[in-house]
Amino acid sequence: MDQSNIAIELIDVDKHFGAVYANDKVNLSVKTGTIHGIVGENGAGKSTLMSILYGFYQADSGRIKVFDKDFISTNSRQSIEAGIGMVHQHFMLVENFTVLENVILGSEDGALISESLDKARIELTRLAQEYGLEVELDVAVEELSVGMQQRVEILKGLYKGAKVLILDEPTGVLTPQESDELFRIFEALKKQGVTIILITHKLREIMSITDYVSVMRAGKMVAHRQTSETNPEELAELMIGRKVLLNIVRTEAKSGDPLLVANNLEIHNEQGIKRVSEVSFEARSGEILGIAGVTGNGQGTLLKALAGILPLSKGSIEILGETISPKRPLNPQELRNLGVAHVPEDRQRMGIISDFSASESALLGYQNDKEINQGVWLKRSLVKANCESIMEAFDVRPTNPDLKSSNFSGGNQQKLILAREFERDPEVLIIGQPTRGIDIGAIEFIRKRIIKMRDAGKAIILISVELEEIMSISDRIIVMCDGEITGTVDAAKADEATLGMMMANALPSDKKITEAQL
Amino acid sequence: MTRDRRLSWINGLLLPLFNVLTAFLATGVVFLLIGVDPIEATKILIYGALGYDEGLGYTLYYATNFVFTGLAVAVAFHAGLFNIGGEGQAYVGGLGIALVALYINPALSAWIVIPLAISGGLLFGALWAIIPAYLQAYRGSHIVITTIMFNFLASALMVYMLVHVLREVGNMTPESTNFPDVVWLPFVHDVFAGFGYNIAKSPLNLSILVALFFSFLVWFFLWHTRWGFAIRATGKSNDAAIYGGINPKKIIVVTMCISGALAGLVGVNELIGVQHRLFLNFNYGYGFGGIAVALMGRNHPVGILIAAFLFGILYQGGAELDFELQNVSRDIVVVMQGLVILFCGGLEYLYRPVLMRFLAPIEASE
Repeated sequence: MDQSNIAIELIDVDKHFGAVYANDKVNLSVKTGTIHGIVGENGAGKSTLMSILYGFYQADSGRIKVFDKDFISTNSRQSIEAGIGMVHQHFMLVENFTVLENVILGSEDGALISESLDKARIELTRLAQEYGLEVELDVAVEELSVGMQQRVEILKGLYKGAKVLILDEPTGVLTPQESDELFRIFEALKKQGVTIILITHKLREIMSITDYVSVMRAGKMVAHRQTSETNPEELAELMIGRKVLLNIVRTEAKSGDPLLVANNLEIHNEQGIKRVSEVSFEARSGEILGIAGVTGNGQGTLLKALAGILPLSKGSIEILGETISPKRPLNPQELRNLGVAHVPEDRQRMGIISDFSASESALLGYQNDKEINQGVWLKRSLVKANCESIMEAFDVRPTNPDLKSSNFSGGNQQKLILAREFERDPEVLIIGQPTRGIDIGAIEFIRKRIIKMRDAGKAIILISVELEEIMSISDRIIVMCDGEITGTVDAAKADEATLGMMMANALPSDKKITEAQL
Repeated sequence: MTRDRRLSWINGLLLPLFNVLTAFLATGVVFLLIGVDPIEATKILIYGALGYDEGLGYTLYYATNFVFTGLAVAVAFHAGLFNIGGEGQAYVGGLGIALVALYINPALSAWIVIPLAISGGLLFGALWAIIPAYLQAYRGSHIVITTIMFNFLASALMVYMLVHVLREVGNMTPESTNFPDVVWLPFVHDVFAGFGYNIAKSPLNLSILVALFFSFLVWFFLWHTRWGFAIRATGKSNDAAIYGGINPKKIIVVTMCISGALAGLVGVNELIGVQHRLFLNFNYGYGFGGIAVALMGRNHPVGILIAAFLFGILYQGGAELDFELQNVSRDIVVVMQGLVILFCGGLEYLYRPVLMRFLAPIEASE
């Protein structure tokens, strides 16, 4: 193999934190001008590896070569000089600066900012043409869509001379259409000889865009494949080390009476900004109602209102014989007593209390239950015993109610929350992002449990930004965009393209009236 | 799990211990700088505070005050609130005690009068905390700022009350008349004498039992009731508390009331325990000392008892140093207190990385 073809080469790179090996003798070689995917579960060591390349961490041992030159980076500036650019999952942009100002941030030269701005404007215009990355330069970044902001990040990297671009989960916040647009940009960059390293856990993306793929598991690089010679099943198996069912087998829904009916809801978020308007739907027993949408289009606000955390501004919710209205709100406690369980979107901040023991986190929301309180005395031994039994029921590991909640892995934390909410036999379940950021094994388990609740005749409302999740377990799907419902479809008839269009509210108006039975 | 246990030992015991030792070491350096033999000074301090009946009595008497204010700070802290207003709450709590003591029918039994006087302290302390709490919960003013301001208000209020309302006609000093005997809490030396043991006279009185009782109560309340759970949940994560059906606004108000009430008990020790009248600045320094005590005691009642005892030693031992050594003034107490606060509060985690590396390295199996 011709050596000059290799953009990045890692030889036996080790990195450990204490006694934990985040990267264990990792070997990787990325060919110049290719799109190279790196997949792995959370905690497999992908991010650590990229942080080493970007100079956030130093490897303990091993060699790194960038374009055949030995490379040691102790800060991001050195990495940029070596030609490595990074687009982080959470954009590193100054919101109220213009695109141009953001691009020159960190590479201003001379005392006067106007000189750098003029120089950058010429260079950026050239880059934009060359790579098809048109962005308005004088608009504040906060006014751009997420997809556009991502372009700014890419431009920033290219402007600084990046020949290798590392993108960390770039499609997490994009609609399918925006993702496709991004992939077109990748192709253009590739044609110009830019090397792209794509870190993701979405196998579909790997299959559709990359040339090569490397799989990481538990800090080790377990496989390198040419994308054309592999398939999602093999990659999934490599990622978790055993066979998984990507598509969960399930029976037809036997939907019954509506248990929750939302009429014409209008909801303001914590900051008092209107995030949901004119939303009506119903959730029936024995059915999973999926709510799809790009992050931040009002689903989260809706979820909180359904759980009693946010009040309604208009409309009403009929739920298990009670009616919630702006004049007559119910708080989360009252809703729980009614039989409404809530798995919050934000596991870390809402679902558990990191500093509390597992048994105390498993008590959250149910601290006033009669069985565990005797007069003023909260019976901790009983709390602990309850926690232990639900941990066993949901296979939470380690089964130790005294362990601090933050010491459990994301998947186990989520299982603990689900156990807490499901084991009290609620009638209506409001579930937000049940599998965000957790490993495939736990995802499979959690989805099966949700379907089991459905089969037991519960009404389930599922909010997720993973379209794949919505499509694989819901029975009916509503799509939200900008706080409104832009479509309702039967899950059996749903296809990704239509949903994507609905998520961007881009369906031609006559097609908006769908086959839905709302 | 063993590592978890070791971590809690490090955080709960070793760190505070090392911090206090460092503070003492630094105090030793200060002694050297002013030309005092630190060993000699330590001997005097320890003997003065613990070596004989009277000294120990004084130490425990000071410690009692610190237990009250330390508990006050700790309870608020568990709800994520920094109550700087212990000073003012203690002061106004004293007013509540004095009002009961001065205006109650002295013919009633002590078993009725004393609990009522204590309740007066609890109530007035709580009232003084409720306004900052309300402002924080419903109007967004920061509790640190408002409680500090309320310390000044308390000061002004008490001067007014003592000069214009409670001062005896003809008395030149701003203080109330003496409380009737029935409201006096017995001195410990009197109690011992009743059983036939003679110990030296000291201001130590039965308030110390009140302090122990409330320490237990706070421990039980915070860790063994649903309300304590709600308070701790709110302190750790506001969002999670809301999710769990807890109303953080109510928690703020209730917790601050409890906190203020505890601070209001300083008057039990000072007023019905020792001085038997209301006078200016009886609370001086205990409110702020309570912050240090709570910090050092890790906001746990057991820790607070230990820390309060240590502060009692510093107070009493410092007074003794002032008495025994020519070139040491009583201000040395303030210096020592300052160093303890510096090392236990400001530099709380100074030794943590080192201790972690040696005693609780991250295990491979995790």
